Amino acid sequence: MAYPYEHPREERMLSQYFGDKDAIGIDGWIERGGYKALEKALGMAQDDVIQVVKDSGLRGRGGAGFPAGLKWSFMPKDGKVPSYVACNADESEPGTFKDRELMRWTPHQVIEGIIIASYAVRAQHAYIYIRGEFVDIVRVLNGAVVEAYERGYLGANILGSGYDMDLTVHTGAGAYIAGEETGLLNSLEGRRAEPRVKPPFPAQKGAFDRPTTVNNVETLASVPHIVLNGADWYRQWGTEKSPGTKLFSCCGHLQRPGNYEVPLDFSLKELVYELCGGPPEGRELLGVIPGGSSVPILTVDELDCDVSYEGIEAAGSFLGSGGLIAMDDSTCMVRAVRRMVEFYAHESCGQCTPCREGTSWLTKILKRIERGEGREEDIPLLLDVGSNMSGSTICPLSDSAAVPVVSSIQKYEDEYMAHIRDGSCTAKR
Amino acid sequence: MSDAMHPAIAGAQPSQRAEKNPDAPLFEGAYKERFDGILTRYPNKRAALLPVLHMAQEVRGWISPETMNRVAELLDLTPAYVRSVASFYTMFALRPVGRHLIQVCVGIGCDLCGAEEVTERFLELTKTRIGETSDDGKYTVVEVECLGACAFPTVVQVNDEVYENVKAEDVEGLLKELD
Repeated sequence: MAYPYEHPREERMLSQYFGDKDAIGIDGWIERGGYKALEKALGMAQDDVIQVVKDSGLRGRGGAGFPAGLKWSFMPKDGKVPSYVACNADESEPGTFKDRELMRWTPHQVIEGIIIASYAVRAQHAYIYIRGEFVDIVRVLNGAVVEAYERGYLGANILGSGYDMDLTVHTGAGAYIAGEETGLLNSLEGRRAEPRVKPPFPAQKGAFDRPTTVNNVETLASVPHIVLNGADWYRQWGTEKSPGTKLFSCCGHLQRPGNYEVPLDFSLKELVYELCGGPPEGRELLGVIPGGSSVPILTVDELDCDVSYEGIEAAGSFLGSGGLIAMDDSTCMVRAVRRMVEFYAHESCGQCTPCREGTSWLTKILKRIERGEGREEDIPLLLDVGSNMSGSTICPLSDSAAVPVVSSIQKYEDEYMAHIRDGSCTAKR
Repeated sequence: MSDAMHPAIAGAQPSQRAEKNPDAPLFEGAYKERFDGILTRYPNKRAALLPVLHMAQEVRGWISPETMNRVAELLDLTPAYVRSVASFYTMFALRPVGRHLIQVCVGIGCDLCGAEEVTERFLELTKTRIGETSDDGKYTVVEVECLGACAFPTVVQVNDEVYENVKAEDVEGLLKELD
């Protein structure tokens, strides 16, 4: 199947070969210029590789947006203890499906990025922690890893450089929280994927108590391009604080849902209305969640911003993972929020009381409002529970669960009140 | 399955197949080789737990208490520890499931686009409720989220196969295809 969605206004750096079956295998990938960046990196000093990534301003694409080069520079440089790289391929933020496509169409782009990152931070072993549900993607990745070993891009003395490195594909088994970096590390170690208290940070004490760098798939896939073409080249796109291109996974009520790669100074409104074609015929948009279900919803009047980290933040939300969820006027906002919160209730690891209890109470209250059995005091109650859940737990899952509730009440309170006062719904069926 | 599977991928095999042999020998022959291969990829035995549980499920279709005891023994862990980890992850089936484990994505992307009707149609046609196995042992329907293919709703995974853009009216044909 060819990649079904593309638009001439995209800037396809990462997604250039989406839909091109011949780019999946290693021969096709090398024909398309693959592994040249690795050759170049292995001829550079490790710290020079870190420096170019620092200079490029590449920020983590998993959701937090932490500068990737800076993260790498926290790793020890003396090589005295074993250290690791973990590629976070546990893509599970609802509404996000960019890493899946990156691995599906260009597994070697990801692997090349992992090898370069491992070389730069002086790691001897890297793990791709991929969510267990991605069964079809695991097959693709497995094939690519074996190919890379056969060609000498992995294993001992990579390309005659004297650098040895192993890569192992590790599948998760169904736990959203394993996408949180310390939850991922626990899961990799054969434990429950319960997040750890930070500090210590993974660069000090990560996998198996050793220094570890955890990077998202899209972050690592960007690395070969930066190493090959330089930081200035990468900075031709985006803004000072948010350089480069980014994949946006667009889903929900859109004419053309799909993954679109745009520079980070692209207009959010144009992404929604032009690239994705806006809502289906005869429908109006109700709101857009720009960065996965953990970020605040924006109303249609709030879309006049660029898609940079700072642009979306100024508009009142976050770039997050780039999982854009559009809802049109057929949406019952209470139901949609209940659906999202229910997910968090299921996925709460249970370590922290505010999250374990809060997520299930939010779900219960939302369900009764949805059924038309809510009370007016449920609105302040939801906000109160939400505020107690924020900033009081080991990891941000708790905060994330409160976000859709609080932001939807702020912006769509009349939808809640219609359910509470009249037992009706404002959704246009 | 190749006998010479590269140890880098030995632990990363899809673990829910239609062929489920609850009494099949675990960790023998080619599976023993894979088990040994998995152990070479981690600095300690505990880290092999998830890959080894996946492999056990691949062989037997689910993870029984006996399986967990055996895994504990092989990895120098306690049975209680293995149980605590296995029960944390939704993909480990701690009770037998049907020949076709039908996983309907009800994440927000699919939910907005009609996942509920798809789930209902599956339940209607398989005459089951969520999580139950049909009387003929063929089907178990569960809700999962999010399968991470939100532009192609509704996403349905049956054992190790992913189906995209499933509409309620496609369900009957999909079930026929499985038989």
